[in-house]
Amino acid sequence: MKKNLLISVLLAATLAACSSNVVKEKPAAPVVDSSKSSQTTQPSAAAKEDSASTTSATQTDVAANPLKDPNNILSKRSIFFDFNKDEVKAEFRPLVESHAKYLVANPNAKVIFQGNADNRGSREYNLSLGQRRSVAVKKAANVLGVQDKQIETVSYGEEKAKDCKDETCYQQDRRVDIVYENE
Amino acid sequence: MIKNKFFLLLLLLLPIVGRAELTLEVVGGAAQQIPIAVVPFSSQAGATQVTQDNISNVIGADLRLSGLFRVLETRGVSSQPHTLSEVKYSDWSAIQAQALTIGTLESLPGNRLKVSFRLLDVLKQNQLLAMEFNITPAQQRATAHRMADMIYEKLTGEKGVFATRITYVNKENGRYSLQVADADGFNPQTVVSSKEPLISPSWSPDGTKLAYVSFEKKKPVIFVQSLVSGQRIVLANFKGNNSAPAWSPDGTKLAIVLTYSANSQIYVINADGTGLQQVSFSNGIDTEPEWSPDGSSIYFTSNRGGGPQIYRMPALGGEAKRVTFEGAYNVSPHVSTDGKLLTFIKQTPVGFKVAVQDLATGQVQTLSDTTQDESPSFAPNGRMILYATNVGGRGSLAAVSVDGRVKQRLKDTGGDVREPSWGSSQN
Repeated sequence: MKKNLLISVLLAATLAACSSNVVKEKPAAPVVDSSKSSQTTQPSAAAKEDSASTTSATQTDVAANPLKDPNNILSKRSIFFDFNKDEVKAEFRPLVESHAKYLVANPNAKVIFQGNADNRGSREYNLSLGQRRSVAVKKAANVLGVQDKQIETVSYGEEKAKDCKDETCYQQDRRVDIVYENE
Repeated sequence: MIKNKFFLLLLLLLPIVGRAELTLEVVGGAAQQIPIAVVPFSSQAGATQVTQDNISNVIGADLRLSGLFRVLETRGVSSQPHTLSEVKYSDWSAIQAQALTIGTLESLPGNRLKVSFRLLDVLKQNQLLAMEFNITPAQQRATAHRMADMIYEKLTGEKGVFATRITYVNKENGRYSLQVADADGFNPQTVVSSKEPLISPSWSPDGTKLAYVSFEKKKPVIFVQSLVSGQRIVLANFKGNNSAPAWSPDGTKLAIVLTYSANSQIYVINADGTGLQQVSFSNGIDTEPEWSPDGSSIYFTSNRGGGPQIYRMPALGGEAKRVTFEGAYNVSPHVSTDGKLLTFIKQTPVGFKVAVQDLATGQVQTLSDTTQDESPSFAPNGRMILYATNVGGRGSLAAVSVDGRVKQRLKDTGGDVREPSWGSSQN
């Protein structure tokens, strides 16, 4: 008896799932993802250092490319922010200045400043906050002589944030990542 | 033989159904719940057309989920009436029922069903409602939701929302999918899916389209997609971020947010993507626009005064007035359809919570018992607020009544669910 009831409930659910509502008959519009989308969007500095130091082949590149040399400040790519703030803190000035100097010396080099926020509060507000952060880094670079055409800013808001529970974790997500073109 | 075939069909379909469905459970309830008995409908329909108790089960589940009803156990009652002449009122007053629902299901030619139902007042011993529906077998669930709406409205005086739909984003196995489901979580349909984030779905007022933000082009771009044809258009793909779409109440325009001028500012654009016009001008972040129900104003979040607060300005642009004053962080405004209440997310010492503000008096009440709340939206009848929260490290949906008494929770689905929005009725 109970089993019959269960089956009928399940059957009801099944029938409901294949009933003909206007919406469901239409196939979902699939999004054509271009390849390796998620990899290119979050280049964590740590991951890059790892890959550079594990194989000897890449170490040859490292010597030639200051951006990949773990001993060079240019290999550091993240600027961290306080909660709900978009000011570039004094401790990150040297980092911004080094990248600005590199971009001025290499006028063909292009860079993307990717703004991020921790996952607390509103996704839309955090998207705007990430944008403000990336623009704050851009303005600092502009002041140091980097041209607008070398810089792109983008915000991921809290969409790339980790599932954090404490401040140590949250602060890692409130950042701007510096990503060079073709990296 | 037929039964076996059915079983096979059942087995084939079950995994799909089981994985995707959201199940809501109710926590708490109104101070005074209406005791109602919903007697299983009699069925003279073939087994291929109808499932035993389907309709009465759905009605009972809907009423119970609202928190306003106590759905009584009917199995121990000696009489099980299906028609008016079979009703013995004393049996139902004996179990303290105030209302009683009975009904029948009959086969009609052409694989159709006739559903009859009645709502009876047990104390006054009279009939409150009597309705007949001629439906296809596939419409049983939707019909049950409509009957539940009628019962709800008759007994509470408010419109029901059981036949409405919700939308939300589900993240599972690294993919994001925008879903539309019945208000009880059943019937989930994928509208669009992507490897990159999808956020901020917004219902067109007629319920036939969704505007949403997709990161599939490596930056936030706004799309408008028809739920009828599946066709979609790019509404806004300007330099910088394109986000936070909100339909005007007449459906002709959307308020959107662009970072054209580096800072997030609010613009209004026609629903076909023409006629872009900037309406907010500040040096801070202006985002999350939301139209007042009469279309005259736009509520939005701005940090122009320091921390984020909710403001209101004329929809065509003009002076903005601050609306929220309690606390340092108030975001994500949504206005009830009668224009009287504002719900939003408020940062409190114990976390981010759903709050509601009486727009006439300015009085604020924090409603939720969860602490990482986002994206609140009113049910069309203004009684419940649907929102996203975090349970056990995963995104989940919850709803709370505007008086804070009734709380609904989504049971664990295995997915990471976020960005809900409550839409209008099913079509």
